[in-house]
Amino acid sequence: MQKTLKAAALAGLLAAPASAELVFVGLDYRTGPFAPGGIPFADGYADYFTLLNERDGGINGVPIRFIACETAYNTERGVECYENTKGENPLVYQPLSTGITYQLIPRATEDDIPLHTMGYGRTSASYGRVFTHVFNFPGTYWDAASIMVNYAGEMEGGMENLAGKTIALVYINIAYGREPIPTLEALAEKHGFNLLLLPVDAPGQEQRATWLQIRRERPDWTFMWGWGVMNQVALREASSVRYPMDRFVGIWWAASEQDTAPVGMDAAGYKAVTFHQVGDDFPIYDDLREYVVGRGKAAGDGSHLGTVLYSRGMVAAMWAAEAARNAMEIHGTTAITPGMMRDGYQSLVVDEERLIELGLPNFTVPVAVTCENHGGPGMGMIQQWDGERWSVISDFIGADREVIDPMIQADALAFAAENGITPRDCD
Amino acid sequence: MLYRETGDFKTSYIADQQIFAIRQDRWFFWALLAFAFLVVPFFLNSYWEKSILLPFLIYALAALGLNILTGYCGQVSLGTGGFMAVGAFTAFKLMTAFPWMDMIVVVILSGAMTAAVGMVFGLPSLRIKGFYLAVATLAAQFFLLWLFIKVPWFYNFSPTGQITAPTRTALGIPVTGARTQPWATYLFTLSLVTVFAFAAKNMIRGRFGRSWMAIRDMDIAAEIIGVNPLKTKLSAFGVSSFYIGVAGALYFSVWFGAVEASDAFTINMSFTVLFMIIIGGLGSVLGSFLGAAFMTLLPIFMKNLMVDWMGLGTALAAHVEIAVLGALIIFFLIAEPHGLARLWSLTKERLRIWPFPY
Repeated sequence: MQKTLKAAALAGLLAAPASAELVFVGLDYRTGPFAPGGIPFADGYADYFTLLNERDGGINGVPIRFIACETAYNTERGVECYENTKGENPLVYQPLSTGITYQLIPRATEDDIPLHTMGYGRTSASYGRVFTHVFNFPGTYWDAASIMVNYAGEMEGGMENLAGKTIALVYINIAYGREPIPTLEALAEKHGFNLLLLPVDAPGQEQRATWLQIRRERPDWTFMWGWGVMNQVALREASSVRYPMDRFVGIWWAASEQDTAPVGMDAAGYKAVTFHQVGDDFPIYDDLREYVVGRGKAAGDGSHLGTVLYSRGMVAAMWAAEAARNAMEIHGTTAITPGMMRDGYQSLVVDEERLIELGLPNFTVPVAVTCENHGGPGMGMIQQWDGERWSVISDFIGADREVIDPMIQADALAFAAENGITPRDCD
Repeated sequence: MLYRETGDFKTSYIADQQIFAIRQDRWFFWALLAFAFLVVPFFLNSYWEKSILLPFLIYALAALGLNILTGYCGQVSLGTGGFMAVGAFTAFKLMTAFPWMDMIVVVILSGAMTAAVGMVFGLPSLRIKGFYLAVATLAAQFFLLWLFIKVPWFYNFSPTGQITAPTRTALGIPVTGARTQPWATYLFTLSLVTVFAFAAKNMIRGRFGRSWMAIRDMDIAAEIIGVNPLKTKLSAFGVSSFYIGVAGALYFSVWFGAVEASDAFTINMSFTVLFMIIIGGLGSVLGSFLGAAFMTLLPIFMKNLMVDWMGLGTALAAHVEIAVLGALIIFFLIAEPHGLARLWSLTKERLRIWPFPY
């Protein structure tokens, strides 16, 4: 409440010039091979900004202008979108694609525009001393891999029981899918489990050989890094080889209704790691229905409200809006630039108290970004599909910081050396 | 009438054999080149550089390379993406292993490396033809991509297989990495494309080109009149792969700055470049440029037209764009099966006699 008052006071003090507006760009993909996942995310992202405009008149009284640009998950197109829109003073880019992220990391840094790759992109970008403009809180793929291993250990009755067990990783053979491998290899060494790597060529429609191998080897746990059509196919194949679904755990991009609903009951028991709650039982959804869908301003047809990926797009927009608020507070102006927005992200704190104010009680991981750590707390929960809907079945699980932090630092410093970047001082 | 050669007399063999026989053509070409070199760099922003001119130039170079092999020598290839990957990864290894190396040298060595690889994969062309050769080059495409994913040495053991171009210079001016000026990368690419396009045009007009075309038109007859098929086919594979390798190196280092083999250089890339030369015109240097322009610029133009000016939704615009592009390809191929280059030369013929039909 105090924060809201402060923000309100700030908005009152610094009445924005009439023409001021905050520009947010949505790099959507409503077409192309990954459109089923791209559409709900894009809807959630756009609708949250529409809600702020309709309900509050923008952020601290400054209206938001939202520009959508279609990437079709294609890197060339994504770069075209970036170059096309960066002249409009966009406050942040969120490409929702690992390929586009890698393109934008050097460019956005040079152009002084922050990049928020929420739970995707380059893991070592969480090392803020090297990656000054890239944020990937609330968690990275390496955190997720470690959370999954910790959860498997918990289910086995202790981490020591993982020794001698086999964990298979079914992953899409592109940069995104290969991200968790170094962590899992390090953890395999630490805990003594065997790691079975099973690449699936993009886009992942053909997995028969992979699942025959799983049937033969019977790994104790199977983790999956998939996206788009690959997830459905994997779930169907897993049920056809009668793999125990409650030992099959996906990453947060293999955790939506789009993946499980087509398989239905056959996928019941399938688990996935996530960083936010599921369902639409939150006050914000009442507002979204009233101000956005009810007024006919929804970005899509409004049918995705409450689905996993819609909520994820919405939470990404929420953090962006909070970062903008924070930037206004830091710099004492409502006309913020992308550079100021970067500072807003860099000291962003969204704790439970603030989440309640935003109508999202207990919705996601409390985040406190620092200059050094852009990767957030790296905590996740486990959600499970019961055949009809997802539900969260665990508390927050932490990642093995002892293993991950040195790896992040080493990879970031190697990037810095390759590109002639001097790590900045954060003290 | 508008376009005429009356009074354009040739008094020497050199004048008779020049590339642009008609004076108006010549003037137009040199004016265009002067405009591209002397005017454009001053008005270039990064949107025009990264989204319009670099894609056009780099794809044109790749299309030119494929056109040498497919259009002039008649050997169908579906390995373009794989060969571009060879160029890109060679450039990456050279840039990281020898930081002092000038980018011009890096790009040319990348082309040379690709030429060597291309010649190895061209060996089957001595025994097989047509669709069967296409399948053999398809194997090259998949093998090369697999290699660049499988062997971590190629991407310096980065955890994801992404390669990122560090800042490197050409003649002391940075042309790769994030801190480049639009004019620098544009002029660097434009100079290379100009030099290589001239080289290609002259090779095609010379002994090499004639023997390629002889093999294309009828290989047995060519062999009987003394064209060595081994040398001819392998030289076509070598030269073509050199161009494609240079395009791949530029694609990675100058245009994108970071690529991943399994994302950028897939079979889609091979098809895109093949479509460029089919639409532009097989066996035509101009056609390579027209085809590249058609395939790279038209989608962007249509997107801007529909989204920014007509205010359509982005998803609807993307769907309309795919449909319209497909329809246009069919229209152009029905209107002129030999591609845009042929359409242009027919237009030229008509302009010469216009407005009098005879």
